[in-house]
Amino acid sequence: MTTTHTGAVAVEHYSFWYGPKQALFDITLDLAPQTITALIGPSGCGKSTFLRSINRMHDLLPGTRSTGRILLDGDDVLAPSLDVVHLRQRVGMVFQRSNPFPKSIYDNVAYGPRLNRSPSRTETDEVVEQALRRAALWDEVKDRLRESAMGLSGGQQQRLCIARALANEPDVLLLDEPCSALDPIATQHIEELLWELKKDLTIVIVTHNLQQAGRVSDHTAFFYLGQLVEHGPTEQLFTAPREERTEAYITGRFG
Amino acid sequence: MNTRMSARMSTRMSTRAPRRSVRARRARSAVMITLTVVAALLATLPLIFILALLLTQGASSLNWAFFTAMPRPVGESGGGMANALAGTVMLITIASALGLPVGIGAGMYLAEHRGGRLASVVRFLSDVLNGLPSIVVGIFAWQFLVRPVHRFSALAGGIALAVMMIPLVTRTTEEMIRLVPDALREAALALGYPRWRTSLTVVLRTALPGIVTGALVAVARIAGETAPLLFTAFGNQFWSTSLTQPISALPLQIFSYAISPYDEWHALAWAGALVLLALVLVISLVAKFATRSRFGSAND
Repeated sequence: MTTTHTGAVAVEHYSFWYGPKQALFDITLDLAPQTITALIGPSGCGKSTFLRSINRMHDLLPGTRSTGRILLDGDDVLAPSLDVVHLRQRVGMVFQRSNPFPKSIYDNVAYGPRLNRSPSRTETDEVVEQALRRAALWDEVKDRLRESAMGLSGGQQQRLCIARALANEPDVLLLDEPCSALDPIATQHIEELLWELKKDLTIVIVTHNLQQAGRVSDHTAFFYLGQLVEHGPTEQLFTAPREERTEAYITGRFG
Repeated sequence: MNTRMSARMSTRMSTRAPRRSVRARRARSAVMITLTVVAALLATLPLIFILALLLTQGASSLNWAFFTAMPRPVGESGGGMANALAGTVMLITIASALGLPVGIGAGMYLAEHRGGRLASVVRFLSDVLNGLPSIVVGIFAWQFLVRPVHRFSALAGGIALAVMMIPLVTRTTEEMIRLVPDALREAALALGYPRWRTSLTVVLRTALPGIVTGALVAVARIAGETAPLLFTAFGNQFWSTSLTQPISALPLQIFSYAISPYDEWHALAWAGALVLLALVLVISLVAKFATRSRFGSAND
């Protein structure tokens, strides 16, 4: 990893539409390097839509449009001239349900690095090992790298997906409810892992689990009905929310 | 409580009534099960009969010469169907070379643009083509490929078979690609893979075992087709591997031998039919095993 930490994301007045339906309203939010930001809010409030905007996963959906800017280290992510391939290599993503390719563990991790170039065997070996180590999975799988990734447990699969994203050496890591299908122990593994990873990454995590948001994040952003209601240091948001709606949500009065 | 209830009920109705209805229900169930078992047996009985018939009639004429020797003139004993076997292999190769890329490509298009207007038109036409009688395909190929050049040819036969293959391959490819979870597509896209490479590597790769099976089923189906070859490949008593010459094929040879008045040719036709059936059987078996992919799913 480079020691100069980049991956600052600045979102300015970002709005998003699925066809005629507006999903996000004028979001302005900074995501700082070396921090974990949790996005919380009830289902359908736009958290995932927001997350997916940062690496332009909406590109393939017909009829979507957006206004405003999302800057990654100063580059406008939404500019048509931007190379989406390069963007997605800089901004890794992990999904709600682990989705390893039906290939070997090794090939899963090597998938990203093999996109633009054909790295040598030793080079790939190194990248794969490093990514798996960073994802805290290496010790569990080092003896069966050639076996199918489908044979791993749910938590291992999710860490494999994180390793796969890390192999691209991204600056930003987006996680869309990565633990919602995992048991508490696997969840704990992932959370500890995120703490390690934030040393060189900007991490954004969507979660329905408020305790998780409280445990893992430095900043928390509360979304409601497509609006960013409140954003601030996690401790402050959970202990002294400024907004009534935030307090209602975190105390479980709705959502 | 149960005993009390049944005791109370027995005062009103005979105690045997409910038991009899249970017995009647069991009887009805047994009858239905028997009927469906019989239907299932009847469904597979033809194959068993055909196999038995071909084995008794054809196995005796099946020897090494059948596969290596050329047909002999009437009156001479022996001889084989080497030319027809080679012809069938060649026709299948031509048909596959033309039909598989088109069919798989069309299937990919249909799967990736499932909602599009062109896709629904193509899908419908594909289904119509799939149901088209094979003789019609033969006439079509004759009209456009044979008549203009005044010559029957292996190429025309191969194209006619490819036309039979394409809709089948298209639809199975589409079905198989649709089975690939969107999560896998997203995974590749999120790693920076452009859409075309995602389709080609992740989607196609994941669907591959199914597509191979579909292709093999299509090959098995055209291997025995006779009608599309009647006015295209036409048949040939001699050895030929030329694309532009008439060529023999197993079904054609079987047909012409079977309607001949000679007993020796009849025997060869039986043997040919047996070989054809064995070929289709083998291809089907390979197709069955091809679906068992190494990394298919966790519970494999």
